[in-house]
Amino acid sequence: MNTRTASAPQPFRSQPMPRQKVGATEWELAAVEAARGRFDLLSLWATEDAVLMALRQVESGLTDVLSYPLAAGVFPSVAAQHPAAQRLERAIHDLYGHRAEAAPDTRAWLDHGRWGIAAPLGAATPGPALPPYEFLPVEGESLHQVAVGPVHAGIIEPGHFRFTAQGEAVVRLEARLGYTHKGVDALMRGASLARGAELAGRVSGDSALAYAWAYAQAAESALGAEVPARALYLRTIMAELERLANHLGDIGAICNDAAMAMMLAQCGVLREAVLRAADAAFGHRFLRDRIVPGGVTHDLDARGISTIAGLAARLRSRFPACVALYDGTPSLLGRTVSTGTLAPELARHFGAGGPVGRASGRDFDTRRDCAYAPYDDLTFNVPRRADGDVNARIWIRIREVEQSLALIEQCIARLPEGPVFAAPAAAGEPREGLGLVEGFRGDVLVWLALAADGSITRCHLRDPSWFQWPLLEAVIEGNIIADFPLCNKSFNCSYSGHDL
Amino acid sequence: MRKFLLEGLLKRPLTEAAPSDPEIEALAMAAGQAARRRLGRSLSIRQVDAGSCNGCELEIQALGNAYYDYERFGLHFVASPRHADVLLVTGPVTRNMAEALRRTYAATPDPKWVVAVGDCGRDGGCFAGSYAIEGGVSAVVPVDLVIPGCPPSPKALLTGLLALLDVAGGKA
Repeated sequence: MNTRTASAPQPFRSQPMPRQKVGATEWELAAVEAARGRFDLLSLWATEDAVLMALRQVESGLTDVLSYPLAAGVFPSVAAQHPAAQRLERAIHDLYGHRAEAAPDTRAWLDHGRWGIAAPLGAATPGPALPPYEFLPVEGESLHQVAVGPVHAGIIEPGHFRFTAQGEAVVRLEARLGYTHKGVDALMRGASLARGAELAGRVSGDSALAYAWAYAQAAESALGAEVPARALYLRTIMAELERLANHLGDIGAICNDAAMAMMLAQCGVLREAVLRAADAAFGHRFLRDRIVPGGVTHDLDARGISTIAGLAARLRSRFPACVALYDGTPSLLGRTVSTGTLAPELARHFGAGGPVGRASGRDFDTRRDCAYAPYDDLTFNVPRRADGDVNARIWIRIREVEQSLALIEQCIARLPEGPVFAAPAAAGEPREGLGLVEGFRGDVLVWLALAADGSITRCHLRDPSWFQWPLLEAVIEGNIIADFPLCNKSFNCSYSGHDL
Repeated sequence: MRKFLLEGLLKRPLTEAAPSDPEIEALAMAAGQAARRRLGRSLSIRQVDAGSCNGCELEIQALGNAYYDYERFGLHFVASPRHADVLLVTGPVTRNMAEALRRTYAATPDPKWVVAVGDCGRDGGCFAGSYAIEGGVSAVVPVDLVIPGCPPSPKALLTGLLALLDVAGGKA
C-alpha cells in the first residue's frame, strides 16, 4: 500500500492545451526517452497533416502534447525506439495512410481489407483487397498451433488468438484485433459536442462513465469551462460505482475461469446490487449519458443518496466474506498464484495502467498522479504489488473495491450544494483540450480539437487496453493453454475500446 | 465456504422467484408451457458479438446471476453454433465481423432463429452510416426478433427470449 497525497491539478485540467510543434530530432528524442522510462507514452495519434504524441514526464508528472508536422505523409517511427507504440502506429497508417519511417512492423492492424476504402480518414481511396494476415513465423520442433476466435465460446467480445504450443506449454501467443472497429474517429469528425458525448459513452460499454468523463474533461479543458462542484462529486460517485461493478464482476469471473463458480455467484450478486443502485439513483445501470461537458444530467435527491449509502453499507458487510472465501481456498489459489506473471519492467515499459500495471509494481493512478477535481480533496490509497501474477491482479481489485467504497462514503458526506450543470461558453476560435480519467481498467485518454463553431475537428480516444494487450501475449509464455482464460480475464482488456 | 453454504440452507434464495413478482411469474408460466410443448423444455442460445461496445454482453452475462437465473426457464448458452437453436447477436455488425457472423449462421443447424440485441443490433444505432459498419444484424443475416435498448436490461432480454419461445414454436 502506498499513501501519497494527490498532486495539484495540472494546468491542462482547466485551460486549453495547445500542442507543442516539434521537428524530427525532438520527436525522435521523445521516443528514445519514452523507451528509457523518463516519459510515459500516453498516446500516439494523427490528424490529416500531423502526428501527435502525449507524454507524461515520470519525475515531475507534467503532461504535454507534441505534434510533428508530416512531410509527404511520413514521420519518424516512434515504435522503432519504443515498442509500446507499434500498434498505435499501425492504426495511424490504417486510418490516415501516414507512414512511419523505419517502422518495425508494417502489417495492417485495424484494417482487415473489408472496408472498401483505404485510409478512411485520409485520402479515402477505394481500398484494394489486402493479402491474408501474416502471423509472425514460428520455427521449432513439434510445435502446433491453436486458432481461437473471432467468435469465442463465452459471452464476450470478438478477437482472434493464435497460440503456438509445444505440448501443453504456450511458446507464443499472437492476438489479432480490430474486429469491432466501428469507425468512431470518422463519426466524430464534424460532430457536435453533444453527438460526440453520445459516441464517447459508447466506445466501451463497461467504461461508459469513464469515457464520458474523459471526453467532458477534454471539452471543458478546451473551452476553459468551469464545472459546478456538486457535479464533480456526483461524477466521482458514478465513477466509483462503475469501478465497483467492474471489479466485482472481474473478481468473480476470474475465479470462475478456475472453476470456482461460487465466487462468480457471490460476486455476481454484489455486482448486480451496484448496477441496481446506479439505476435507482441515476437512472441507468451503466450510467450512460449521465456526464456531459459542463456537468452531469442527473442530480441526486435524498432518496438517491440513501440508496448509494445503503449500497456501500451492504458491500462493506458482504464483500469480506467473498475475500475470505478466495483467500481460504487453496485449490483456487493454486491456479492463480504464479500464473501469468507480468514482469515489472514490462509493465513500466508499456506504461500499463490500472490493476494490470499496479499488480506489477507500476505506482500510477491518474486520480492521484494526474489529479483531477475532486480527487485532489479526497483521501484514498493506491494499492500496489510487485508479484504481478493473476493472484496479484485479483488482490489489487479487492483493495480497490475497498478504496472505492471509502471514496463514495466521503463524497456522500461532503456533497456540496448547488447546480449540477453550467453550459460551457463557446470559444469562438479553434481550441484543443486533453482529458485523462482513471477508469476501472486504467487511464482513459481523450484528446479533442474543436473548430471555431464548437464542432469537433478531431477526437482521439485511447483505451488503456492499447498498452495491456501486448503484455497479455508476454505473460502467457511458458504457461499452459488451459491457464489462458485465467490470464486473459485477469487482464480483462477491452476489444471495442481498442478497436474503436 | 461453510458460511455461504449455511446461508444457502437457511436464507431464502436471491432469485426473484416467480411468486414474488407477477410479471416474472407470468413470463415463467408462458415460457414453461411454450417450451415444454414445442422445444422440449429448452432453448440453446449461441451469443455472437458482431461489433458491439460490450454493453449488451454485460447484460446478457447478468442473466446468469442469482437474480435472473435464466436456466430456470430452460434457456442455455452453448459454446458452439452447432449446438444452438438461437443466435443472440449484438451489433452493429462491423464489416470486419460480417463474414464471421455469416459463417456462424451457416454453422447453426435448422430450424434456427436469430435475435438482434440492442439499438445497434436493430439498425446500427449511433454508429449507423460509418464506413466500417454493415448496419443492423438484419443487414447480414435474417432476423426473427429485435430486443432494443442501449443496452436492454436483463429483464427486457429475458422477456424477449421468452417471447421468442412462442415464435419458435410457431416456426417449428
